[in-house]
Formats: sequence, structure tokens, C-alpha cells
Amino acid sequence: MVTATEYGYNSKIEGDVVVSRADAVINWIRSHSVWPMPMGLACCAIELMAAGGSRFDISRFGMEVMRFSPRQSDCMIVAGTVTYKMAPAVRRIYDQMAEPKWVVAMGACASTGGMYRSYAVLQGVDRIVPVDVYVSGCPPRPEALLDAMITLQNKIRRERSTARLISSNR
Amino acid sequence: MSDELLTTLMERRTFLSARPSADHPAVNCPASHLVAFLRDLRDAEGFEMLLDVTAVDWAESRRPRFTCVYHLFDLERSRYLRVASDCHEDANPTMPSVAGLWATADWHERETYDMFGIRFEGHPDLRRILMWDGYPYYPLRKDFPLAGEETDLPGADVAEHTDARVSAAPMAGGPFVSGTSGGPMSEREPRAKDESWTENAPKPKKPDPTKESS
Ligand code: SF4
Repeated sequence: MVTATEYGYNSKIEGDVVVSRADAVINWIRSHSVWPMPMGLACCAIELMAAGGSRFDISRFGMEVMRFSPRQSDCMIVAGTVTYKMAPAVRRIYDQMAEPKWVVAMGACASTGGMYRSYAVLQGVDRIVPVDVYVSGCPPRPEALLDAMITLQNKIRRERSTARLISSNR
Repeated sequence: MSDELLTTLMERRTFLSARPSADHPAVNCPASHLVAFLRDLRDAEGFEMLLDVTAVDWAESRRPRFTCVYHLFDLERSRYLRVASDCHEDANPTMPSVAGLWATADWHERETYDMFGIRFEGHPDLRRILMWDGYPYYPLRKDFPLAGEETDLPGADVAEHTDARVSAAPMAGGPFVSGTSGGPMSEREPRAKDESWTENAPKPKKPDPTKESS
């Protein structure tokens, strides 16, 4: 009596297989290996460091690999006050990051200029780079940053990555 | 002790005059004698340390408009001395540089130049230090608004592909300050001084006090 067909899937040879959509797989991988580019410019960077420490432990989300090289990072976390003098440097580093890339504006300063209503401070980093998630607070608690990163993960999961891979025009 | 110091200093130097001061002894010194006087203070009077160089903008209408201020410290006897010197010109203020006497004066004078536009003559490398090269204003002058003035973003390539400019910050009735009355500062929430306007609702005109309201 034949119990398994010769033509079907043979798990003894091929191993276990899960069938899914390409988008789901790509996004699953991307959302769990978001390597941050820590653009720590002021006091918010201290909270960013706390988020990297063992107490808040950003590595639970696959994000502990803070990369100071824009070539190796996926998500720029702008943590701090962006002065006009610094703004071109922030944009150039963003330009040097490889696609796909995201930006989190951490804290009041990066989001809006914060309390620095001043001649020297860029009034929101979204004037020079496209921001995906804004975090309120001055400074935001590390939990707030983690919440933002989870929001970013959810956002990444909804992306149409295959279409983006295939078409050059996105 | 401070009177004693001033008397000894001014005894032999007729160009000095005493300067009213709430804390440390202070003297006025004309710009033409400044470098020689400061060298004297450093070498002969024991004021070896230059703590700060800054300036005051008294207002556009005042003459002289700018005054440079030098804070000196005597390490051995723990004495402070403040030396003030008026800039001759008001439109293009200048002051002789003391970077040759104290290395620290180099950056202090660059900062003063950056913020007030006072040119220090004889400075080895007078460039802006806080604002970027090519910034057209001097932010600590009295006629410069806190919110800033519109100008180009530094980095022409970035400015071009982001379309970003340096623009006046939205003040929304600010600056935000805690008032001067009503309990300790820790309990006073900072408030905009004039909350009657925002960026969307224009600032109401002040009623003209010369006209009678009918
Ligand atoms: S938002 Fe607050 S804590 Fe963060 S950089 Fe600005 S001033 Fe500092």
C-alpha cells in the first residue's frame, strides 16, 4: 500500500517548509534587524544609551547593533537638538545610508525644535529628512523610544517590499 | 582690598578710570592702552589667568555702542579683576587682540566676533566659531531678533535638494519665561509673554497711547 506519493513534498529530503508571501518574509526579516544609526546630538542621546543598556534592552527587538557607519545602518534615530550648522551633516549621513532606511525623530527637539525657539536651531528634522516616527517628550523615556521602534516595526510590516525591490521607481 | 587694588593700579596709570561694579573691582581702559595694560597686569600684577572675554552691546542708539570685557584672575592671591574697554567705531567695531598674551583669548575672541561682530585686530585666525562660516548676522547684537532671520542653509548641495532654509523660529508669543512675581520659580510654569498671537493669528496692534479711546 502506498502511503506517500512520489511526486509530492518529501519532508525527509527537503526539511520543513512554511509557505508565505514574499512581502511577509522580507518585512519580517527587516523589522527584526533594524540597525540604528545613533544620531545623538544632545541630551536625548543619554536616553538612547539607556535604551541600549540592559535595563531597557533594545536588543529584544534586534536593534542593539548601533552602527556609527551610515553604510551599515537602517534607521537613523535623531536624538537631540539639530542646529542649522549640523543640519547638512545629518542630511549627508542620511544620504549615505543604504535603502531601505527609516528615520525616528526622538524628542521634542528633533521633532519640532523643542524649547529652542532660536536663530540657531532647525525647527524639526523633518525639514531635511523624511521622518517615519516622532517621539514626544523632553527627553522621552526609553520606553517611549521602544514604543516608537515597535511602531516602526509595524510600519515596516505593512510595506510593499517586493514591489519596491522590482520597480526602481518607488 | 578691592579699593586698595584699584588705587595701586590707577596711581601710575592716568588713562584708567574706576568702573561701577556689583562684585569684583573693575576698571575702564581705553582701547589704545589695552594690550600694554593687560600685559602689565599679567607680568607685574599677578593676574596670570584670563577667564573670559566677552562684549556688551548697549543698544543701537548708544555711543559708544560696544564694550569689550576681560575677566582676569590672580591665582596666587585669589583676586578677580574686570577690565572694560569701549570700541571706537560703532558700525565696524574693532579691538586689539590679546591672543598674543593668552592663548585662551584666541577662541574667546572668535566667539565675541561671531556673536557681536567685533573685529579683533592682530588675531591669528578670526573666524566664526559657533555659527557657520558665511552666516550673515551677529546674533547677540541688540537689533537681532531671538527668533532669527531668514537666510540660506549651510551646505549648498543639501539646501538645494531639501529646499530647506534657515527661517525665523515660530515664537507663538514667546519667549517663554516664568514671571517675576508669585512664589518661587520652581512653582511658576513658564509662559509666553504675549499669548494673544500665534503664527496663524497675527499679533494684535498695540493701542496707540497718544490717541484717546472713544
Ligand atoms: S528634547 Fe529635551 S532632552 Fe531631548 S535633546 Fe531636546 S532638550 Fe534635550
